[in-house]
Amino acid sequence: MVDQQQAPKIIAPGYTFGTVTDQIATVVLTKKTSLFWLAGFGVGFSLLLLFLWSITVLLAKGVGVWGNRTPTMWGFDITNFVWWIGIGHAGTLISAILLLLNQRWRNSINRFAEAMTLFAVACAGMFPLLHLGRPWLFYWLFPYPNTMNVQPNFRSPLVWDVFAVSTYATVSLLFWYVGLMPDLATLRDRTRNPLARVIYGVMAMGWRGSARHWSVYETATLLLAGLATPLVLSVHTVVSFDFTIAIVPGWHSTFFPPYFVAGAIYSGFAMVLALAIPLRKAYGLQGLITDKHLDNCAKVMLATGLIVAYAYILETFTAWYSGNVYEQAAFWHRMTGPYASSYWLLVGCNIAAPQALWFKRVRGNAALLFCWSLVVLVGMWLERYVIIVSSLAQDYLPSSWGNFHPTRWDWGTYLGTIGMFLFLFFIFIRLLPVISIFEVRTLLPQAKVGEEAQR
Amino acid sequence: MRSIYGVMAEFDNPTALVNAARAAREKGYRKLDAYSPFPIEELSDALHLHKNRLPLIVLAGGIVGGLAGYLMQYYVTVWDFPINIGGRPLHSWPAYIVITFEMTILLAAISAVMGLLALCGLPMLYHPAFNVPRFALASRNRFFLSIEATDPLFDARATSVFLETLGAKEVSEVAE
Repeated sequence: MVDQQQAPKIIAPGYTFGTVTDQIATVVLTKKTSLFWLAGFGVGFSLLLLFLWSITVLLAKGVGVWGNRTPTMWGFDITNFVWWIGIGHAGTLISAILLLLNQRWRNSINRFAEAMTLFAVACAGMFPLLHLGRPWLFYWLFPYPNTMNVQPNFRSPLVWDVFAVSTYATVSLLFWYVGLMPDLATLRDRTRNPLARVIYGVMAMGWRGSARHWSVYETATLLLAGLATPLVLSVHTVVSFDFTIAIVPGWHSTFFPPYFVAGAIYSGFAMVLALAIPLRKAYGLQGLITDKHLDNCAKVMLATGLIVAYAYILETFTAWYSGNVYEQAAFWHRMTGPYASSYWLLVGCNIAAPQALWFKRVRGNAALLFCWSLVVLVGMWLERYVIIVSSLAQDYLPSSWGNFHPTRWDWGTYLGTIGMFLFLFFIFIRLLPVISIFEVRTLLPQAKVGEEAQR
Repeated sequence: MRSIYGVMAEFDNPTALVNAARAAREKGYRKLDAYSPFPIEELSDALHLHKNRLPLIVLAGGIVGGLAGYLMQYYVTVWDFPINIGGRPLHSWPAYIVITFEMTILLAAISAVMGLLALCGLPMLYHPAFNVPRFALASRNRFFLSIEATDPLFDARATSVFLETLGAKEVSEVAE
């Protein structure tokens, strides 16, 4: 007889309702702040200050401090916007789509993935706002009765984007908060600090785990997941409309929506891995975020990476097959022109590198996976940069060609949003449970109601 | 005798709670509530809790959102601020689809959350259940069943004895 290899579990054996609760709640309720937290928060906070500095310079001198010049009127700003909002997509995919598909392993990674979504969308929102030049007039983007007697043009994808992104941010926040309520009640009941008890108590809204409430709660979660699923697919679709509806060669393509959505999930799962691996190591959460979770995330990354690879190939083929000289020239310039190094680097990062994920040895090694996820994040950033900048730099008239040169304020703003993301994420780690406690309880074998009661 | 909210029994596993809830219902008690640290589907069965009006609320929210989104765009582009862009009709409905869709989702999601809070009666500032000191464990690893004093069959002593026969670890009175 051959010993059958035990399938890796999604939760380590030996946990009880009590120990699961204590382990996750302790990360928040302990008085000791770990060195990991201080280091991560320190990096985030320093970069956040860089962000504030860059914004101050931007507001004092104007958008000219960035490298955006005719013809590349979109540069780092829109690249970063698309990159950040794409990263957010994995959080909603994990919390909504995997819930509808009954993938129970998601229960221990959905909370911080949703937080990642919220913070990534906040970072994404910064760029179009700052690019407005006068960000304090952002409300002009929305239709409202005004004395100027002007209204937004609803035929423009840029206005669709305003609605799509603000809806996405709102719905993600609501979904996240609903998921937090039972855990906030746990923190309220567990904390010994009277001030914390009041704050968690107010946030938990008096949740007491009543069966009547749970029954409505389950319906609400399912409905929200059902609503968030088409929403998340629509958001990057609308973002891709910003490009496809323009007539710029290299942008004007009907297959951008699925291509962008796949790329978004790809980069999002890379970010989930980049956050989960240090997090579980620093707080000893390997029993809850197991190797099985990393393996599954890596498989999703591989699958979406293959879709992205297919999209690159098809994009190039379509340009050639269209017979349109401008499309053909756009792709030829992309591969051989001033942005060739970025293009081939992104092909290396997004197509070649992830092929290593076919091997179990790579997927089973957390440190390697961490490096791989960073490679994919860089690759996906380059993808957006190449699509946006190389298409604008060389379009129809050679006389109007021009390259994009990022300034230090471009870099400052970009690194600054990474700082803002880390800053928010580390505050989240310290103040709210990083893993959904009540959903992990349902994964335990003890949570199954015995046969005699299932009449 | 001082007035009490009801009696509450504590169990240490979900199976015991579901059995107790079912037995109490079969005994004729109706003012029951059970408390658990995670949702238990069988418990909803035992307490006959499967119907709620949330889907209807969400549907209404979605319809209102979609209509509001479409009509807002129609009003702005046709009546309030008509601009001729490339000779396209003022009522260019295909361009309205995205915002109509987003508004549908937005209002449906907001009504899902508001509906959840309304149907649960949250936020709630005070509930007698918290007067039981061990009730803090309902959000950790213990399971509770309460029978309220307003139930016609309720009798402080008899109900407590009944709950004890169901295998409760501890039965306590809940102060009003």
